[in-house]
Amino acid sequence: MSIIKILVSQIRSIWLTFINIFSKRETIMYPEKSVYLAPRYRGRVILSRNLNGEERCVACNLCAVACPVGCISLKKSISKTNRWYPKFFRINFSRCIFCGLCEEACPTAAIQLIPDFELSEYKRQDLVYEKEDLLISGPGKYSDYDFYHFSGVEIEGKKKGNLDYESNPIDVKTLLP
Amino acid sequence: METKVLIIESILVLFLTLICATIMSIVERRVLGLLQNRYGPNRVGWQGTLQIVADMIKILFKEDWIPMFSRKAIFVFAPILSFLSLFLVIAIVPISSNFVIIDLDIGILFFLMMASLSVYPVLFAGWSSNNKYALLGAIRATAQTLTYEVFLGLSLMGVVARAQSFNMIDIVNSQILLWNCIPQFFGFVTFFIAGLALCHRHPFDQPESEQELSDGYHIEYSGMKFGLFFIGEYISIIIVSSLITTMFFGGWFGFGLSAIFWFIFKTMFFAFLFILIRASLPRPRYDKIMLFGWKFCFPLTLINLVFTAFFMLCKA
Ligand code: SF4
Ligand code: SF4
Repeated sequence: MSIIKILVSQIRSIWLTFINIFSKRETIMYPEKSVYLAPRYRGRVILSRNLNGEERCVACNLCAVACPVGCISLKKSISKTNRWYPKFFRINFSRCIFCGLCEEACPTAAIQLIPDFELSEYKRQDLVYEKEDLLISGPGKYSDYDFYHFSGVEIEGKKKGNLDYESNPIDVKTLLP
Repeated sequence: METKVLIIESILVLFLTLICATIMSIVERRVLGLLQNRYGPNRVGWQGTLQIVADMIKILFKEDWIPMFSRKAIFVFAPILSFLSLFLVIAIVPISSNFVIIDLDIGILFFLMMASLSVYPVLFAGWSSNNKYALLGAIRATAQTLTYEVFLGLSLMGVVARAQSFNMIDIVNSQILLWNCIPQFFGFVTFFIAGLALCHRHPFDQPESEQELSDGYHIEYSGMKFGLFFIGEYISIIIVSSLITTMFFGGWFGFGLSAIFWFIFKTMFFAFLFILIRASLPRPRYDKIMLFGWKFCFPLTLINLVFTAFFMLCKA
């Protein structure tokens, strides 16, 4: 008897598949119709700048350490204003898995993943992005964040203790109160 | 003069079948898309009409690699046999009352012979590839053949008994009052199932099963040799559909329109049914297929045959 039941259920599934002819097609015709990606979609990796137009990255290498596939490579350099910046910054997108760990690790919100997945290239070599490909002119997702305005790090034009919530550093070498 | 016309007719029919089989590879994908609420290939040319050209270019220019570990002669021979075995059956199918390539008196036997031959290419391909997956596919094909070949022949015997002839034209003529699908309903169902298995179509595609065997017996094939297997499958769909039409659905009979139209229409309908079944049924385990074949279809065909015989005796 069970075989009859199975047969009936199979005929039913054939019928159910058949009536799908009359239902709407779900495919998004992608290149003609663009895809909606949520603002937090993790796509292409960028490097952002702060509101003054300076690059945010301080070449701390935390992103390169956090990256599980090791596709970020950079080299630190120090500018005349005593500020660290990456001399080169390279991401190999043929290895990147868009996990977003670099974005989590970055203390300066410099490296960010944006909703853009259209990264295809004909040559593998073209997927290696240099700093000039990565760096955008805007601040990305965190518009008002500027690392040097929140941290006690000293650069030109900003001594330690200059921020309004900072106390001036104690000179440990003097005996005066 | 007569022979010349006949030769031209034969070549025309063979070519048309071949072209239809090629077109079916696209049609199937489009229809599957339709059934699964998506589009299928619609990028090349208007609505994907040039897809077939793209596929041709691709298959012709692919590297045709013969593995050095294979048995070369058999490896090359298998796809040719696979292509030809059911293709030749079109010769016995009457397209209209006076349009058939060879009017064989043993038409059905010829078909059964070719159907039995068609397991050889699978075995050859699986064995000569010297690949475990291919061999597993071939073994499954054997298990399947043991199952469906038994009732493939028996399911047709009721039809033969009704027509009292193995000749295809006689069989169609015997259905002038009532199509065989009604008095021979169980014969039709079992023949349809056997036909599915004969073409290695879903859900009886265990020999190929991409998911487990990553293509089964033709895993080592590439380029045009794979193409022969591929087109061979569509050819067998067309052949089996046309056979179902002739044996159970009154061949070229129909009202109003021309005989050829009705024949082609019915054949297309069954080819569509093949695709529909592919879209809806999952693939069972191969021991379940054997169980189903031996414990359900085989008795069913026997009962069908006995009842046919009984009614014919009563009438006589
Ligand atoms: S998204 Fe992940 S894989 Fe890609 S660069 Fe960042 S950490 Fe590396
Ligand atoms: S992108 Fe962020 S984490 Fe990476 S080096 Fe620059 S500041 Fe450090």
